[in-house]
Amino acid sequence: MSNVPVDNGRRRFLTAATSVVGGVGVVGWAVPFIGSWNPSERAKAAGAPVEVNVGKIEKGQMIRAEWRGKPVYIVRRTEKMLAELKLADVTDQLRDPNSEEAQQPSYATNFNRSIKAELWVGLGVCTHLGCAPTYEKDTMGERVKALDNGFFCPCHGSTYDLSGRVFQGVPAPLNLMVPEHSYISGDRIIIGVGPDASGGKA
Amino acid sequence: MKKLIITLVTAFILTPTLAMANSGAHLEHADNDLTDKASLQRGFKGFIDNCLGCHELKYQRYNRTFKDLEISNDDGLANWMYTGEKVGDHITNTMPKKQAAKWFGTAPPDLTLEARLRSPDWIYTYLRSFYVDSERPFGVNNKVFKDVGMPHVLQNLQGIRTIDEHGNLGSATGGSMTEEEYDSFVRDLTNFLEYTAEPSKLERESMGYWVLGYLFILFIFSYFLKKEFWKDVH
Amino acid sequence: MLANLMAWIDKRLPVTDAWNKHLAQYPAPKNFNFWYIFGSLAILVLVNQLLTGIWLTMDYNPSGEGAFASIEYIMRDVDYGWLLRYMHSTGASAFFVVIYMHMFRGLMYGSYQKPRELLWLFGMLIFLALMAEAFMGYLLPWGNMSYWGAQVIISLFGAIPVIGDDLTLWIRGDYVISGATLNRFFALHVAAIPLVLVILVFFHILALHEVGSNNPEGTDIKKPKGSIPEEEQSKFKFHKNYTDKYDIVDAIPFHPYYSVKDIMYVVAFIFIFCWVMFFHPDGGGYFMEAPNFEPANGLKTPPHIAPVWYFGPFYTILRIIPSKGIGAIGMFAAIIVLFLLPWFDRGVVKSLKSRSKLHTFNLIQFAISFIVLGVLGTKAPSPMNNMIGIIAAFGYFGFFVALWFYSKNEKTKPVPERVSG
Repeated sequence: MSNVPVDNGRRRFLTAATSVVGGVGVVGWAVPFIGSWNPSERAKAAGAPVEVNVGKIEKGQMIRAEWRGKPVYIVRRTEKMLAELKLADVTDQLRDPNSEEAQQPSYATNFNRSIKAELWVGLGVCTHLGCAPTYEKDTMGERVKALDNGFFCPCHGSTYDLSGRVFQGVPAPLNLMVPEHSYISGDRIIIGVGPDASGGKA
Repeated sequence: MKKLIITLVTAFILTPTLAMANSGAHLEHADNDLTDKASLQRGFKGFIDNCLGCHELKYQRYNRTFKDLEISNDDGLANWMYTGEKVGDHITNTMPKKQAAKWFGTAPPDLTLEARLRSPDWIYTYLRSFYVDSERPFGVNNKVFKDVGMPHVLQNLQGIRTIDEHGNLGSATGGSMTEEEYDSFVRDLTNFLEYTAEPSKLERESMGYWVLGYLFILFIFSYFLKKEFWKDVH
Repeated sequence: MLANLMAWIDKRLPVTDAWNKHLAQYPAPKNFNFWYIFGSLAILVLVNQLLTGIWLTMDYNPSGEGAFASIEYIMRDVDYGWLLRYMHSTGASAFFVVIYMHMFRGLMYGSYQKPRELLWLFGMLIFLALMAEAFMGYLLPWGNMSYWGAQVIISLFGAIPVIGDDLTLWIRGDYVISGATLNRFFALHVAAIPLVLVILVFFHILALHEVGSNNPEGTDIKKPKGSIPEEEQSKFKFHKNYTDKYDIVDAIPFHPYYSVKDIMYVVAFIFIFCWVMFFHPDGGGYFMEAPNFEPANGLKTPPHIAPVWYFGPFYTILRIIPSKGIGAIGMFAAIIVLFLLPWFDRGVVKSLKSRSKLHTFNLIQFAISFIVLGVLGTKAPSPMNNMIGIIAAFGYFGFFVALWFYSKNEKTKPVPERVSG
């Protein structure tokens, strides 16, 4: 294809060297084009950590907050609900009862998947295809044996317990995500900032 | 042919130089320094205390300003934000625009881009050029912005100047600052406004040196590559 | 493996053949000088404008309420948004620098003459589309100069008898320039005109490769078949499309010789481009005009409305004629005469190297007139400036008139049979 009558080492070296140096330039040139697709400062400001007053949540009640455009479920669990989480009949049916998958920050990697045992904070986004599960208070028994309370996704029938742990035999692969959150005071939590981070991963 | 090229090149170089010369009133050189973070912080404080009541920086966010001026978000939230709730908010005020237009004849303009609209030197000179003029509603006029609607907000700092029949401004009297202190105060303010007009300016210039350096190296390679191939051509 | 794949494709689409025909075995005269790089550079700048333009569209908001703020959003909130915007705004000015140089090259070496008239016409259409593209693009930042610049130019159409006023109303889609105008300009700027530009560029190159490239000496490198002894023909392999019809002399394949040469110049060009973009992105107030840093305001005219520098020559011609109608005609005539250049020039000798002293003088005075008109276009009108403008306008149009007269019986030197050096 080429017309080049001479084919010496110097020519090959210069071609290769210029291509390599030029290639570096092309990569550098691509940086602004790729970088500009990152969330902008406006998106980051809109997705900034959200403060929620949890003092008025009754026992057994759930409220929804919004953070980065997603629903955040906050449930104040009763003693009975917490007890349910430990039932062997229930935990045997869970995919990931010990929360080994990284679906929660380290400070919520415990049995209750929360900082304070009674107050669970999690994203109301089904890990199957992103629908919002419903809060089944005292009505979960229809779906899961031996369990009164949990979450049920109406889209494809995935089921979770009140720690957001997913059951076996449903389409959802993972437990519900627990976002970074921390307590500012006894009654106020901030979603998007962990307890030890000063600025958080905003 | 050579002459032609020289003519063309000269014309291209001369054109902007000629045009830059005719900029109207004489402006003092602001001599501000965008790399001086302390000056920028003083200018930011000066803006908040004296300007923000009426003028917004509605395209500029607090957190970006904190980051570029090396103020921590916590410090910023506690000590630098009298308006806005979150660090991601724009630097705005709550002055009703329509009423403001009635008070001043025209609504106080947004100042985010003022330094690019008019130039830093203009801002620097403007803020030092108020003088007594009893015919104006607020009793002051300005030498670089004739019949400006804005009162001399910094009068308690600078004092007030008079103008003689030749249009020369006298020294300011009655202010809490000396002339040097006031000039330095205005320079900081100017510096801050030049920053807000283009927050990425320093980044742009430092990136520019790297890019030009890289292109120089690439040019050397491409020059020798061309030379090598053109050995075939006689 | 790769060879098999290429063979498979080539049977279905002549990729290798097109590569050879237009690049690796395309005969380019070996004596291209500096002035011949601007064609490649124009393509480079076009690609830059297309890519940065597409990316800016992703964050721009084409509405009267949001346009200005969205530019500041790009400049501040979007990662590298400022860089993409400066690449685009600097690119706009660079485009015209490159195109004006490219056109001047054509003037110097008679690249518009027979058989390249159609090539020149395609080029002029590209220039026209480019001016429309630049004009509409300049409205999009929705600054005060955007607004008033568009106001002035759209008002020009009001000079057309009978339909003028209705036409301006129709172009604006409102009684003043408004969000409606902005939206249609946006659609044309980002979709319609770029498409037209790309198609025109394609035909420009196709027409070029059909007739072959001119060169600084105006010597034809395609000789009648059989007229040149084998050993005097170019030693390189060229596509049979060319060698079947002609004996080729003094030519080299575009690739790799001109590709490596162009790469070298491209790097040098990008160096200058980056120097401007990173250190003087507003081009001393010429690429980005100061009044454009405040939002469009229909009640407040900037003290001195000047079009962007590249429209300067045509704007001056408009302004020096003290009648709206004739002024507009003068401005359009300035572009039309360029279209007709191949027929104004009745000579057969192409390059100014072989043409008369008079022609060289005429060309130099034309270039100076053009630059003077351009400079005046960016300045405030004054009696003195108008006077100079009138003289320069005479120089501009005089070039074409004089050319028509002297080119018929011009005293020329013989065109060299073969390319020297």
